[in-house]
Amino acid sequence: MIDLTLDARRGSFHLQLACRFAAEWTVIFGPSGSGKTTLLRLLAGLDRPQVGRIVLDGRPLTDSPSRIFLRPGSRCIAMVSQQPSLFPHLGIAANVAYGLGSLDRKSRPARVEEMLDLVDARHLVDRRPLHLSGGEAQRVALARALAPRPRLLLLDEPFSALDGAASDALLARLQAWTAANGTQTVLATHDATDALATGAEVALLKEGRLTALGPATEVLAAERGRLQTRLG
Amino acid sequence: MDWQALALTLKLAAVTTAILLAVSVPLAALLVLGRSRLLAGVEALAALPLVLPPTVLGFFLLVMLGPRTSFGRALTTFLGHPLAFSFAGLVVGSVIYSLPFAVQPLVAGFAAVDQPLIDAARLLGASPVRVVLSLFLPLARRSLVAAAVLSFLHTVGEFGVVLMLGGDIPGATRTLSIVLYNQVENFDYSAAGRTAAILLALSLLALAVIYNGGRSSGGSLD
Repeated sequence: MIDLTLDARRGSFHLQLACRFAAEWTVIFGPSGSGKTTLLRLLAGLDRPQVGRIVLDGRPLTDSPSRIFLRPGSRCIAMVSQQPSLFPHLGIAANVAYGLGSLDRKSRPARVEEMLDLVDARHLVDRRPLHLSGGEAQRVALARALAPRPRLLLLDEPFSALDGAASDALLARLQAWTAANGTQTVLATHDATDALATGAEVALLKEGRLTALGPATEVLAAERGRLQTRLG
Repeated sequence: MDWQALALTLKLAAVTTAILLAVSVPLAALLVLGRSRLLAGVEALAALPLVLPPTVLGFFLLVMLGPRTSFGRALTTFLGHPLAFSFAGLVVGSVIYSLPFAVQPLVAGFAAVDQPLIDAARLLGASPVRVVLSLFLPLARRSLVAAAVLSFLHTVGEFGVVLMLGGDIPGATRTLSIVLYNQVENFDYSAAGRTAAILLALSLLALAVIYNGGRSSGGSLD
């Protein structure tokens, strides 16, 4: 469970929200520029809010009045972005194993294989990151993020390079894995089909403000009705 | 040919380059990864030898390390001999004089590493030291080579700092640049020509060897 109170400015953009993400899967839905990526970066600890408090399962990650700010690697949070950002000088297995420093060395190869199997990328293990397609690189990036078994998984449009069927299949596997491992997930997207496919709770974000939070069907139906009214 | 001066010059350049790389890698990483406003001052200080006349730098070091200051006196007591007019003193002067030639290529190389890669490493639990060792150094190999080349050659060719801080003591502080200066002062142009040719060849050879190594080991990430 994530409790958030955030006030963050990035140039002229102002993100301000207070909410609780209690569902196993929460989709942050909103147009480009609404603050989705900013919110994920604040959750991950890659950026600091001017004022704010982020609590994950009762553990404060960020608390500006108390001057608490856990560094990204101490938060048990993984993040996968649209840009896979694989380490280009390392092989696929080394990429996936990068975050396994706390796991004993003997167990690492098995964990790497398990993760590559999960994202259907085991056949890529002998390739180099620069020789992967966009979709393949996104699969490996997902395997790398999941390998340390994070408590919270942040996904920023991570399946953009996959076609619909591949994306749906990977999403189904991922949902089963997160459920089995107790990993809460926050997915940022501007695609309503992603939001509906997860059957998750949806948080509607507009210009840095949370305008709705609830079941996907209800929030998206209300948004659709509002748009239809506006368009006549 | 003054072989003793040649050996001393190469030794000075090698020791200075090794120290500079050991100092400059963490310093450059701090300048790239750090967020403190004080770092602008540190960066300016590290770049100061670029614009400061070598004789001025040599003079300040001579005074600072000599018996006129309490620091110099304490250092002399600690070492058992004055640092000025010794090989160790030359190393100190050379490290300070060539610092920007090591730091600046490294800062440029480290800053060119994509921020999303650094973010990914941090999220996966990498400490700043691991970011440097696992990302910066392998991805900025050419900058590391450039820093080593520039530090080495800049030390080989330095004159003002060496003269001010080390003087002209055979076997201890007399480098090829000092030999060349002495030869010209004595109107021995044929000997000066040979010494200058050695310095030129040394520079070209070092550039060729190190750039060739950098190209074959760091030319491609594949």
